[in-house]
Amino acid sequence: MTWSINNDKCLRCGGCVSVCPVAALELRDNIIYDKKLCTLCGICDKACPVEAIKVTKQ
Amino acid sequence: MNDVIVIGAGPAGTACAKKLAENGFSVKVYDKRAEIGAPKRCGEGISEASQNFVGKVPERCIARRIKGARLYAPDGRYLDAILSEGGLVLERKVFDKWLAEEAVKAGAAVQANTFISGLVKDTKGYFTGVKGEFLGNEFEEKAKVVVCATGAESPLRNQALGVFSKVNLIDSCIQYEMTNIDMDADLIHIYLSGVLAPRGYVWVFPKGEHRANVGLGIIPQDKKPKAYMDEFLKLHPEISKGSILEVNAGCVPVGGMVKDMVANGFVLCGEGANHVNPIHGGGIKEAVISGQMAADVIAECLKKNDVSKKALSKYNDVWWDERGNHLKRVEKLRETLERLSDEDLNDLVDALKPEDIIEFARGAKLSVLAKVLMRKPKLVGIARHLL
Ligand SMILES: Cc1cc2nc3c(=O)[nH]c(=O)nc-3n(C[C@H](O)[C@H](O)[C@H](O)COP(=O)(O)OP(=O)(O)OC[C@H]3O[C@@H](n4cnc5c(N)ncnc54)[C@H](O)[C@@H]3O)c2cc1C
Ligand code: SF4
Ligand code: SF4
Repeated sequence: MTWSINNDKCLRCGGCVSVCPVAALELRDNIIYDKKLCTLCGICDKACPVEAIKVTKQ
Repeated sequence: MNDVIVIGAGPAGTACAKKLAENGFSVKVYDKRAEIGAPKRCGEGISEASQNFVGKVPERCIARRIKGARLYAPDGRYLDAILSEGGLVLERKVFDKWLAEEAVKAGAAVQANTFISGLVKDTKGYFTGVKGEFLGNEFEEKAKVVVCATGAESPLRNQALGVFSKVNLIDSCIQYEMTNIDMDADLIHIYLSGVLAPRGYVWVFPKGEHRANVGLGIIPQDKKPKAYMDEFLKLHPEISKGSILEVNAGCVPVGGMVKDMVANGFVLCGEGANHVNPIHGGGIKEAVISGQMAADVIAECLKKNDVSKKALSKYNDVWWDERGNHLKRVEKLRETLERLSDEDLNDLVDALKPEDIIEFARGAKLSVLAKVLMRKPKLVGIARHLL
């Protein structure tokens, strides 16, 4: 299972940060991701207005 | 030591800081943005009446004055509502800076480009300050009360109160500021359609004769807002012929207002507490109101030297009394509208009278919607459900 971001697509809108239930994301110049906190729930991917985040479950 | 540190110099933070400073308290406001108000994350529309809370907005903050709204049904028919008071489409970059300047004039200190990375808590369980970073220098600073006015985006509210926005209660939005487009620039334009913008809408908010914020917000679906926007533009050559000056995005909470917004030495206000009008996603006015209400209670608590959760919770009471319960009813209204099919929406727009739209924009009562629905035999069932 992986979480990834495409910084070329990301609009730095903070949408993913606002919905992450465990505060694993933070927006500075780019999205900062805390792998230790992330549960790979995929909610950030769902909220993103563009296709910048990919959470894949295998 | 500061009396208060405010995190976030958006409308909520600066309104709160201004009121506290006016009452003689020492206040510092930090914002991580290099430029306050920029980039905007906003359609920039407010009603003229919002000035009763925000204050008289200087001309330099206003891109365009609006006379009313045009509401489009999915089948393309529309209805115009000319407002007695009208609306303003702001230039947020200028507006937010003006609000910040007002706070500074009142005696607060504001500093941009300062990222607040964490909260400081003492052994008694009181929040007593913040950790931050300014131009590569880390610092820690104390205050009697920390106000979190970070908008919905910050994890700090989550760390302090466990608050976050629910993904089925946000509008995921994309917006282009466009120029060289054609529209009636005296009206804001709202397009309803479950196909084009499921559980949301498309807006065109004019900033000039041929310039506007063209945006789309939906409750997240499998398809992304960007893809819906492409579809909308394909159907509207008068808009898609224009050029894109700016791309904005964001997620606005349109429900799930936070019940308990305080902790010992800590207050949450503005969009971070999901204080947004659930029917249209407007949050500027609500942010200012909640910032001001927070300031009043904080001032009282500081005077009594008691910033415990119990003392600060008066802010919960005041906000829910004066705004929350009203917005909760508006949320119900949104839920009902979301249930309507495109055919129902066609009927609805057909049944609407201009004055109904004005009522809706204000956050109308459920009974107003029910009255409108009653005008259409097919919608009577839904109307009964409302009453
Ligand atoms: C696409 C879109 C369109 C919208 N259209 C409208 C509209 O037409 N009309 C309307 O009224 N509302 C609209 N809104 C909502 C409106 O923009 C917000 O509700 C409003 O700005 C909320 O004000 P606020 O002060 O609570 O938060 P914000 O304005 O978001 O301000 C929060 C500030 O906190 C700062 N911050 C966050 N974290 C930190 C940190 N860790 N350290 C330091 N600073 C931090 C941010 O940089 C930001 O400047 C729209 C929103 C979106 C996304
Ligand atoms: S997958 Fe879930 S836990 Fe991980 S960053 Fe996204 S929202 Fe947060
Ligand atoms: S929601 Fe998407 S576009 Fe917005 S900051 Fe997160 S990854 Fe970037």
